[in-house]
Amino acid sequence: PTAVKMIHSLFLVNATGDIFLEKHWKSAVSRSVCDYFFEAQERATEPENVPPVIPTPHHYLISVFRHRIFFVAVIQSEVPPLFVIEFLHRVVDTFQDYFGVCTEAAIKDNVVVVYELLEEMLDNGFPLATESNILKELIKPPTILRTVVNTITGSTNVGEQLPTGQLSVVPWRRTGVKYTNNEAYFDVVEEIDAIIDKSGSTVTAEIQGVIDACVKLTGMPDLTLSFMNPRLLDDVSFHPCVRFKRWEAERILSFIPPDGNFRLLSYHVSSQNLVAIPVYVKHNITFREGSSQGRFDLTLGPKQTMGKVVESVLVSSRLPRVVLNANLSPSQGTYTFDPVTKLLTWDVGKINPQKLPSLKGSMSLQAGASKPDENPTINIQFKIPQMAVSGLKVNRLDMYGEKYKPFKGIKYMTMAGKFQVRT
Amino acid sequence: MANSLCYGEQGGADSGVEVGQETPTAGGAGFGLFSTDFKRRGTFSLWTGLLSGPADLQGRVRRHKSARAATKRCLSRLDRGRAQTCLAKRASLTPLDSSDTVCASCAVAKPAGFCTRRAAGEMSRSLSGLRSDALGVMRTARVSAENLQLALRSDLSLEERALNDPRSYRGPEETRNEGNEDLKEMLESSKESLKLEAMKRVVGLIAKGKNASELFPAVVKNVANKNLELKKLVYVYLVRYAEEQQDLALLSISTFQRALKDPNQLIRASALRVLSSIRVPIIVPIMMLAIKEAASDLSPYVRKTAAHAIQKLYSLDADQKDHLIEVIEKLLKDKSTLVAGSVVMAFEEVCPDRIDLIHRNYRKLCNLLMDVEEWGQVVIISMLTRYARTQFISPWKEDGVFENSEKAFYESDEEKRKSAEETKPYAMDPDHRLLLRSTKPLLQSRNTAVVMSVAQLYWHLAPKHEVNIITKSLVRLLRSHREVQYIVLQNIATMSIQRKGMFEPFMKSFYVRSTDATHIKTLKLEILTNLANEANISTVLREFQTYVKSQDKAFAAATIQAIGRCATNISEITDTCLNGLVLLLSNRDETVVAESVVVIRKLLQTQPSEHSDIIKHMAKLFDNITVPMARASILWLIGEYCEHVPKIAPDVLRKMAKTFHNEEDIVKLQTVSLAAKLYLTNSKQTKLLTQYILNLGKYDQNYDIRDRTRFIRQLIVPSERGGALSKYARRILLAPKPAPVLQSAFKDRDRFQLGTLSHTLNSKATGYLELSDWPPMAPDQSVRNVEVAEAMKEWSPAVGKAKSSKSDDKFYSDSGEEEEEEDEQAADSGSDEESSSEASSSEAESGNSETSEDSSQSEKSSDSGTGVKKTTTQKNKKLQQVKKPRKVSDSDEGPKNGHSCEAGSRSGSGSGSSEESSSEASESDSQSSSDSDSGTEQKKQSEAKPAQKVEEKPKKEVSLLDLDDFSPAAVTMTKSSILSPSVLSDLHGLSLAASSPAIQLLCLIGHVFSWQGKLVSVCDRVCVCQQLSSPVFVPVRTYELLHRMTGKGLAAQYHFSRQPCIYDDRMISVQLTFSNNGDHTLENIHISEKTSAGQNIHCFSPVECLEPEKSVTVSVGVDFNDSTQAASFQLCTKAEGFNVSIQPAVGELLLPVTMSEQDFSKEQGKLQGMNESSATIAMTPESIASQPLHRKVVNMANVGVVPSGQNNVHRFAAKLVSSGALVLVCVVQKDSGAQLTVNTEKTIIGSMLLRELQTVLSAP
Repeated sequence: PTAVKMIHSLFLVNATGDIFLEKHWKSAVSRSVCDYFFEAQERATEPENVPPVIPTPHHYLISVFRHRIFFVAVIQSEVPPLFVIEFLHRVVDTFQDYFGVCTEAAIKDNVVVVYELLEEMLDNGFPLATESNILKELIKPPTILRTVVNTITGSTNVGEQLPTGQLSVVPWRRTGVKYTNNEAYFDVVEEIDAIIDKSGSTVTAEIQGVIDACVKLTGMPDLTLSFMNPRLLDDVSFHPCVRFKRWEAERILSFIPPDGNFRLLSYHVSSQNLVAIPVYVKHNITFREGSSQGRFDLTLGPKQTMGKVVESVLVSSRLPRVVLNANLSPSQGTYTFDPVTKLLTWDVGKINPQKLPSLKGSMSLQAGASKPDENPTINIQFKIPQMAVSGLKVNRLDMYGEKYKPFKGIKYMTMAGKFQVRT
Repeated sequence: MANSLCYGEQGGADSGVEVGQETPTAGGAGFGLFSTDFKRRGTFSLWTGLLSGPADLQGRVRRHKSARAATKRCLSRLDRGRAQTCLAKRASLTPLDSSDTVCASCAVAKPAGFCTRRAAGEMSRSLSGLRSDALGVMRTARVSAENLQLALRSDLSLEERALNDPRSYRGPEETRNEGNEDLKEMLESSKESLKLEAMKRVVGLIAKGKNASELFPAVVKNVANKNLELKKLVYVYLVRYAEEQQDLALLSISTFQRALKDPNQLIRASALRVLSSIRVPIIVPIMMLAIKEAASDLSPYVRKTAAHAIQKLYSLDADQKDHLIEVIEKLLKDKSTLVAGSVVMAFEEVCPDRIDLIHRNYRKLCNLLMDVEEWGQVVIISMLTRYARTQFISPWKEDGVFENSEKAFYESDEEKRKSAEETKPYAMDPDHRLLLRSTKPLLQSRNTAVVMSVAQLYWHLAPKHEVNIITKSLVRLLRSHREVQYIVLQNIATMSIQRKGMFEPFMKSFYVRSTDATHIKTLKLEILTNLANEANISTVLREFQTYVKSQDKAFAAATIQAIGRCATNISEITDTCLNGLVLLLSNRDETVVAESVVVIRKLLQTQPSEHSDIIKHMAKLFDNITVPMARASILWLIGEYCEHVPKIAPDVLRKMAKTFHNEEDIVKLQTVSLAAKLYLTNSKQTKLLTQYILNLGKYDQNYDIRDRTRFIRQLIVPSERGGALSKYARRILLAPKPAPVLQSAFKDRDRFQLGTLSHTLNSKATGYLELSDWPPMAPDQSVRNVEVAEAMKEWSPAVGKAKSSKSDDKFYSDSGEEEEEEDEQAADSGSDEESSSEASSSEAESGNSETSEDSSQSEKSSDSGTGVKKTTTQKNKKLQQVKKPRKVSDSDEGPKNGHSCEAGSRSGSGSGSSEESSSEASESDSQSSSDSDSGTEQKKQSEAKPAQKVEEKPKKEVSLLDLDDFSPAAVTMTKSSILSPSVLSDLHGLSLAASSPAIQLLCLIGHVFSWQGKLVSVCDRVCVCQQLSSPVFVPVRTYELLHRMTGKGLAAQYHFSRQPCIYDDRMISVQLTFSNNGDHTLENIHISEKTSAGQNIHCFSPVECLEPEKSVTVSVGVDFNDSTQAASFQLCTKAEGFNVSIQPAVGELLLPVTMSEQDFSKEQGKLQGMNESSATIAMTPESIASQPLHRKVVNMANVGVVPSGQNNVHRFAAKLVSSGALVLVCVVQKDSGAQLTVNTEKTIIGSMLLRELQTVLSAP
């Protein structure tokens, strides 16, 4: 009676609680094991509230919830839960990478590829190949053209040789990459996580950044990326391709990139630094005792944006349960209110500093209900192109190892992460 | 066994017993039934004999039509066993014509089958149990046949169809899927595309969880199909259904056995994967054999698959444990990073208690860790955590002392020994330090599981003051997905109880957002509560105030509890909190009020006397509070402290008497208690009330209340009988009650190892391995030493004594040792004596990448190579007295160590000279005064039984790892005038810088070495600390820097001195010669402006003046960053400036390195793949004749010659000056040309060097 470690089976469950795919790496586990999961799903008011680890009498269920799909792994014995969680997320990322989206429909349409992928990604429940570049050599991503060609010629989607990456010192990169246009794009994307209190002062604000790359370069390029102000980066985590010692010594990112899209670096700008908050909110949301009407008044404005435009602004807020409906008029954009979930969303668009966007009107309240204790929290999403709010700047990008001159591009972007205003 | 084969439909509790009984026989049958009919019969009767006639078994067999049918077949087979065997034998002899054979055997099979069917029908009435056994035998026989690679496959499937109605085959409960008929047709069609399409649909069925098992016969036929995708899908199918259809699955085995020999490693690996995934117990021997073979496969990928297969086989048949452990032991020695994670996984699953297997691989695993794939890292780290807790002593005992641990490292040997005895001061085992150091960089991993596993390692193993480094990384993980947050927060919650300080600076990262999931909110709250202290409590409370108002009422209630906890933990704020909570009592939400009352009650219990006004306040609010729990709490409070509120209490009781019948049970119970307490303290006022309430309670519907009432009445109102207790009524009811402890739910979670599933669940999960406590005494450290049969030098006893004098002295003597060591290495490498075995081994290794990965062959040979080399060394050195006898014993030892396992262990984890010297060191220490014979003895012992401690174990090992901890000071020791300032800082980064970990050990001794007789300290930043060798003398080639015409009289030339730069070890030293060709004195020649970016130039001190016709030579250091980009700068005189540039040739970016041929091969093995560039050069007779080949190479590039045993193989080693990356050049001369290989991490340099060398070598 030996307990088998690692991932035993995987069930994909949609939001309505149907299992639409199952895969077993060892002997098949009955899908009735998922009943424990469904129970937890029912108990949780929101899908996000389903606990990621659920014990059952003989198994443990570890799940992640992404793209409205639960990926439920069945475990038989002690295993680091993060190991499973990280792997499941990697599976989702791979699906997304292969099919463009990771929806129930996409998975069902590509069930064979999904199966082939899962087969390669785990052996006996232990991860075997999770690097996108290696997987793509083993199993080619489906494209319309290839599907047509394959049906005619009978050729396969399956690679016949062990991907060179598996054995080389750069497992993340395929060999024999060829492009006519050699280009390397880097997106510096920073997200501001903030909590702003009622009076408009910052409770907490942090900057989390990533550098996402799209590198399409022939051969084996060796890149170095240096920053004007690397000291800003407080805590970093790297793609395995980055040479750690070089960073430690010189604060230079030196790496042989994977082919295609990948996340080069994620970093944290320490909370000790002051964070420039690019938008402000003026709010006046009041519920009067005894009245069946409430007032709602919201105005947005730019602040510390270094002259850049704040765009793709989206405001959302979950109004108290006593609110029956909202009768508002936006100065720009559109708003919706869902009377069931009480979710108010306002798609603002761009913020024009000359004419500040506002949303005003009244809320009708449940008659006789007492006034809510707390005003709703306002969540704001926005984007500010061409700016990295931390001030991080890439100094230069150099390529060694190949003769051609690549086209290089760097883009900056600031976004709202978890940006909340308490009212 | 036979039962377990019953089509996967059985599975009662009884089957276990039967399997237990039958397994030995079945096993015997499995092996024994290979050839002769006699044996079959023999086994058959044995089976019959074993039949104890269990009724349920018979019944079950009867129920299974399929089993019955199979029995018939089996019996028929047995009856004509001989004929079959003959046929089989013929088939195996002439495998080409299998179809004929099949026909023939069918012809035999059918009539025989008919006869026996009838016979079997009769038998079934009396001996149905026999049948099931016979069935087992039949299967065994069939497998045996498969083992013989007989062509029985189609024969069986024909039979299958002849004897079985496919509908009854699966039993009635298996409903057939619609449309499976046409799938079957498609699968059986001859068209490849149809088959593929069908298989895709079958996989679709499997994915949906539909039963596709009845297609098994049709699918399995395609297992040998050439189309790879089809094949893969068949594999998917097989793995899914093989367990249910075992005998059919066996048909595919031979295909896999063939594929295991395929030249394509991917095919070999996937065959093994599938073979081992088919959970059919009967093929256990085949799997075992396949695993054993794959474990010594040339391809590391296949070996990795073998490691995975170990676990599969183990879960299938735990009896194989011992054999599997052997394989694990072998694979643990594997040097490939690809294998490491998987084999440790297998180790954890099969034999996690065999810590002894880890000892000798420990350092290798630590060093490899950086390069292992991320999943493997997690497994290795958690295994090493457990390992370390059994092998090292606690670094926590005297934390205060440990602060000075740096000093402790430098203490003399004697002192160390003493310290071990007295258990103070604490000195960390170097191996312990190695583990901490090699895991630290992984905190930067993108894989959250890796970060978490490093964090838990530091938590469980690091000295307390070092744990803080994990904080930032854990906080970073909070940005990750919700599920990751959940796990990380849980672990932080546990940590933050013990170590507030770790996370306090990051408190704001735990602030709750309204969008967080409930479980995330609760965890954050927990952590905030743990982190609260006097300094930050006001901030925390302000934050809590927001949470209390949350719409999520459960969360608000949790916040109130948290406030209560803060209030008890921090006495300064108890009042503030209480007042705040009292305010909440007027909240509209019941949950909030209830929770507040409960928390207030708990708080008041700790200090009731000071808070009578709060009790009064609560009594006043009592009427408005409706939540039963809250009302009950208030009543209890008033009763408990009725003496503090003497006026109010009776009034409350009065009110309660009025509403008693409408209250909830819990409130009624507390009312009764209140009445009783008041009666005892204030009977004057409350006697009547109490009686009234007791009467009400007496007739209550709830028996609890009736019971309580009766009990109280007897207790407080004395009656004639049973008044004994009433004397104590006061003491019973008004006993001081201990205050409840408000504590974290994570209080005792640290009994589980952090990061584990058990920790998350707060209960022991299946298969959880306890983390042992630190051992009180340090276990033997030498078990981790890896013996390498290579002697470099001995530490003389005299030196040992010298060391024990003073720490400083030791320090220097240590360095002296180092120098000697280096000298010897030099002597060693310079020696001409080479053995043919060595040469052949390195040839094999450099030949192709796979061979070099190969464990058995090359390791063995390299081992014998070292043996010879050792002898050589012995001859060369005439330093120490201990050596002579050793030499003899060494050469004796050679053949004894012949078998590959031993050899593997040595060179497997031996990383060159440092390992050697480490084992050396320990040995010499133990021997110090004894003769060397015992040393050899000991070595043999420990080799034979690695788990056992050697008798004469060294008291205190002077491991070279110690030196690593010395390293910062080791630099100060070599205080020669030319010490570069950056060395020190470089050294600090050293520990982290190891990218090729196997070399890391090398760097430990490489810090100090002699070069050209002078003591020069050059620290190699990237850990390639091979000994720098003196550059071979080559004609100086000068280049022009500045022509005298452009320089207006000043001419400048430069050449590369090919010597380590004295300014900075990353610079290349360039000699500049200025000559004044003009007619007037040039003044103040200096470098003014460095124009090129990225290059660092160390300027020469300005030349004051240069007379006409004179020249002066200065040297500059240029850091070319390992590129051939020219370094441009402005050369100035007093009057003018000239833009000049130094263009380095690629060969000048190197510094020669001395290494042995083995080391060369080893390093070359690590630099395969894209790091290797090679070319074939055609060489004309002139070009061969003109100059010795190595001369040409050395002229062109600043490389060191590696002594070679073969005349036609030339090896050169160097390192890049700036990065320190190794550059290995190998030229194999053939008749009319040469094969040129360059291996280096810097691929650009590699290809440039290759090109230049090509030109040089082919030139006449």
